[in-house]
Amino acid sequence: MPEGTTKRMELVCPAGTPAALRAAADAGADAIYCGFANETNARNFPGLNFSPSELADGVAYAHAKGARVLVAINTFAQAGQIHLWEEAVNDAASAGADAVIAADIAVLQHAATNHPDLRLHLSVQAAANTPEAIRFYAETFGVKRVVLPRVLSVPEIAALNREIDVETEVFVFGGLCVMTEGRCALSSYATGKSPNLTGVCSPPDHVDYTEDPSGRLQARLGGFTIDSFESGQAAGYPTLCKGQFSAIEKTGYLFEDPVSLNAFELLEELSSAGVTALKIEGRQRGKAYIAGVVKAFRQAVDGLESGADARPAIAALKAFSEGGQQTAGSYKKTWR
Amino acid sequence: MPNSSSIELALGPCLFNWPADRLLAFYKKIATEAPIDRVYLGEVVCGKRMPFTDNIWPEAIEALEAAGKEVVLSTLAQPVNKRERQILQQQAGYDMPIEVNDMSMVPARKQGTFAVGPYLNVYNEATLSFLARQGARTWCPPVELSLDSIQKIAALVPEVDLELFAFGRLPLALSSRCYHARAHGLRKDSCQFICEQDPDGMDVATLDGRRFLAANGIQTLSDACHFAGLSAGHLATLGIKRLRLSPHTTDMIAVSRLFRDFLDGHCDVDKFEQQLEMLNLPGPLCNAYLLGDAGWKRMALPA
Repeated sequence: MPEGTTKRMELVCPAGTPAALRAAADAGADAIYCGFANETNARNFPGLNFSPSELADGVAYAHAKGARVLVAINTFAQAGQIHLWEEAVNDAASAGADAVIAADIAVLQHAATNHPDLRLHLSVQAAANTPEAIRFYAETFGVKRVVLPRVLSVPEIAALNREIDVETEVFVFGGLCVMTEGRCALSSYATGKSPNLTGVCSPPDHVDYTEDPSGRLQARLGGFTIDSFESGQAAGYPTLCKGQFSAIEKTGYLFEDPVSLNAFELLEELSSAGVTALKIEGRQRGKAYIAGVVKAFRQAVDGLESGADARPAIAALKAFSEGGQQTAGSYKKTWR
Repeated sequence: MPNSSSIELALGPCLFNWPADRLLAFYKKIATEAPIDRVYLGEVVCGKRMPFTDNIWPEAIEALEAAGKEVVLSTLAQPVNKRERQILQQQAGYDMPIEVNDMSMVPARKQGTFAVGPYLNVYNEATLSFLARQGARTWCPPVELSLDSIQKIAALVPEVDLELFAFGRLPLALSSRCYHARAHGLRKDSCQFICEQDPDGMDVATLDGRRFLAANGIQTLSDACHFAGLSAGHLATLGIKRLRLSPHTTDMIAVSRLFRDFLDGHCDVDKFEQQLEMLNLPGPLCNAYLLGDAGWKRMALPA
């Protein structure tokens, strides 16, 4: 995408349930991403996700509202079980999905070979952040868009877009992976389950809260204390990379504070950098979150053209952030 | 090289920021004293470290090759800037064995062959077959992959040699943020190469003082020291041809000799473990990734 020829960026919104999909479509999403209720998708949490028939209904609803549906089949197929991932691609195609988001070469290869008309997006889990890697996926499997891992600053994204013909999609709001997506096994080290292996990170069935002798509540993952809270204080979820640890005789948030991503203030720069689509994280969130966040970002993206001030709408999003703290993450080089 | 079992030993690339003279001395000693068949060398973790070690590699390679070792150049796992990308494209053209750790190097190396490092996301037979068609000849699986999965893939893609990560702190994660710099109140761009202070990684403990992880620049490793105590017969059944020992400051000559003796049937697994634990290991032994369980645990492996 050459710089300078900016067009309105697409808003890509999450849906963990059919109700959330409808909420996103109603709130003005250009595209909605979701996944099947199994290990083929990287948000494989109980009570979430879609059956093939729910997906077909969701596609019909979204299309009626002018929105597209992208199906995330973005985990790595297990040895000897590749047919499950292939079936997921077939089901997405049958449901009329507008694109599949995939990371694994096995999945991309199946889709490219058997569904040549199905649009392919490269998942962030593929961790493709160089022109060479992105061109490899584009030339080999016909990938049309890459979701960028959160390792690049905005000027680096602009430089990347000058070197590739593939569309880029970047995360702008929600949970923030501190490690490079698709290149992190911290969760399986503590629990045996990880995004790449089983589509989950810091899984709830390995979480417990125990009181230590001083009355503080310890949030643990796989038996490891990830954070500690004063009694009465709201206890956060022990996501491994957002915990407090000690090193060189200092204690603190070694990897990252318990913050979430909000790149609202960078939307104009991202647009100038040639970014095609903005992605909101949160397939595990309820429809109130989806409706609120999508509406605010809709105003913000439209405001880039019309000049309308979206700051009040975005300020209201603080309520949706973990602990209210937000960061622009790697988009600013000083984050590193 | 005396090698009564068919299982070979490889030395993985040094993941830590060791000074150039230490690295060179290390490889010279490996060349003359270690019962190791293949040596991977080169900077894998941080492109900023490269200029400090660039000029030792020819001498290290010469010493290792003169001693009959097969030398493989291991490459950056997460190239970000232009300089790092150019280095990978250059290295892809080298007339020597290469280990690829990022997909961006695959197209450039297509004309030749390569080894697939543990940083590439290869979790199934179709992905490995695909890479084999691109030139992959050796595969070291991601550390979290279980023996059960590895065995299935090995059986279905026999044309690729399998190398199992068998000793050392487990490379668990990469980031664009440098945790050494962050812990010291610095940033990656002005890091002062502070990671040099921790030649086995910076120990990271939980709030209640339990050992947990180790930071190494942009990389996070396990605190515990992974150890695959699998007999040569069992490894052969699994389809594994070679074990990878990841360098630490402990006596790697002793580590490699213990592995060689065990694989050759000169000692049993209990004695092997006892002797390993007498060395100055970076952390307690663990192995449960091999069984598909949480990586930090230590469990009984099937004989």
